[in-house]
Amino acid sequence: MTAYLKLDHIDKVFTRGAATTEVLKDINLTIEKGEYVSIIGHSGCGKSTLLNIIAGLTGATTGGVLLENREVNSPGPDRAVVFQNHSLLPWLTVYENVRLGVDKVFARTKSRAERDAWVMHNLNLVQMAHARDKRPSEISGGMKQRVGIARALAMEPKVLLLDEPFGALDALTRAHLQDSVMALHQKLGNTILMITHDVDEAVLLSDRIVMMTNGPSARIGEVLEVPLARPRKRLELATNTTYLKCRQRVLEFLYERHRFVEAA
Amino acid sequence: MNMTATKIEVETATPAATVAPVVALTPKRPPRTEAYARMVRETAVRVIPPLVVIALLTLIWELICRRAGSALPPPSKVFSDTKELIFDPFFDNGGIDKGLFWHLSASLQRVAFGYSLSAIAGIGLGVLVGQSVWAMRGLDPLFQVLRTIPPLAWLPLSLAAFRDGQPSAIFVIFITSIWPIIINTAVGIRNIPQDYRNVAAVVQLNPLEFFAKIMIPAAAPYIFTGLRIGIGLSWLAIVAAEMLIGGVGIGFFIWDAWNSSHISEIILALFYVGIIGFVLDRLIAGLGKFVTHGTAQN
Repeated sequence: MTAYLKLDHIDKVFTRGAATTEVLKDINLTIEKGEYVSIIGHSGCGKSTLLNIIAGLTGATTGGVLLENREVNSPGPDRAVVFQNHSLLPWLTVYENVRLGVDKVFARTKSRAERDAWVMHNLNLVQMAHARDKRPSEISGGMKQRVGIARALAMEPKVLLLDEPFGALDALTRAHLQDSVMALHQKLGNTILMITHDVDEAVLLSDRIVMMTNGPSARIGEVLEVPLARPRKRLELATNTTYLKCRQRVLEFLYERHRFVEAA
Repeated sequence: MNMTATKIEVETATPAATVAPVVALTPKRPPRTEAYARMVRETAVRVIPPLVVIALLTLIWELICRRAGSALPPPSKVFSDTKELIFDPFFDNGGIDKGLFWHLSASLQRVAFGYSLSAIAGIGLGVLVGQSVWAMRGLDPLFQVLRTIPPLAWLPLSLAAFRDGQPSAIFVIFITSIWPIIINTAVGIRNIPQDYRNVAAVVQLNPLEFFAKIMIPAAAPYIFTGLRIGIGLSWLAIVAAEMLIGGVGIGFFIWDAWNSSHISEIILALFYVGIIGFVLDRLIAGLGKFVTHGTAQN
């Protein structure tokens, strides 16, 4: 297996005064180029912390993140994040939000006109070109998340990090957006790491599902390969035995072996 | 079942589509006049009550002060005494014998100068205090003490330092209006959501770009709250400061009128001071509304 993104013995300890909480313990994971990997676990298990460590927004206590064999420990556009609550800047239009990243990443390599075309290209990819001059407050939640995806894609990241990207959306919008992300992954072949707590979402989208045990000291409990051919169709998979088996496996992990402990 | 349902939709949709433009043309006029009527009604609702109250108060004032031996003049006398000042605000007989326009513009110039300085310095310091924990720990206690000092208490000190009325007055405005600007800006900067900081980090904005593209727009609603309080305080301070430093200015005009027992002129000047203070406040509020358009709602 060629390691494109490698998480090497990551521990994370939060210290507040005298109290220390070990959130993550000995996380090891290698992700291939073009792979779609989901990290699933109960809330509070530290999966968002793990994503923040990969993004460079939080430092690991020990261990590190290697991208193409180079250690990365500060945030950068090579690991663009799609945030859970879209995080679009409300004073900028849809176009300007995407342009902000493009202007920084391609300041030297692309001309003004090329950057403009590139922004529009990415807005077209997520079908949001029609709303280019709208402000985030004027578009729906699903549309905001599309723009968030366009902003991340437009930075041409080596790894696209999705932090529960569909968590705040209603079921229909979520399904629609999942299909869009699948189509984008198919078309562009990005390496994607997604945090989720939705079993169906994980099975439908991923090549591998990383299941995390409950915190504190959360570890990787199990890694499940999802051997379903792409392109995947939501409706066909509903009765597919492999799909159901994978789903069963994840459910067992989450609800039998590592049931969420309320008071933990 | 499904088929017929779609059919029904199509059938109702088509006639609506063909009729719509025809309907749209004819009622265009009535709604417009209706809109005008509504606008007039809404304006009337807002304008008439204060006018009625003002008329009533003026009437009461007139009745009370009309009696012989009254210390203050009634509105009718105020008007007849100050007619010349009202209708000729632009005369200039040299020295301080000038029309009200010149006095007000002198005061406004001082405010414009002192307030601009305090806006620049206040936002700068506010950003520093909001962004750096150490700056906050070091400076905040100082600010909390200094901001309680009344504006006029600074005047003797600034006269001693500058040895001139003009810069002293400007300094008093500066030192009076800077505190709310600093404090509100700092709160605004501290309240920038972590999300926006994360976005800036991923995009790798440098500190200057972060300041211009994230900080200022994100904190703009807070900054404008500070600026609005600041302009009000500046206007309060200038009238008081001018009474002491003399020269041309609405504050000294009032003091001078008192010394020559022109009570009507004082009343007229107060009227102008109030109106201008109100306009300044609205100006900054309007500017804030314009600039923060889109920032406020998330």
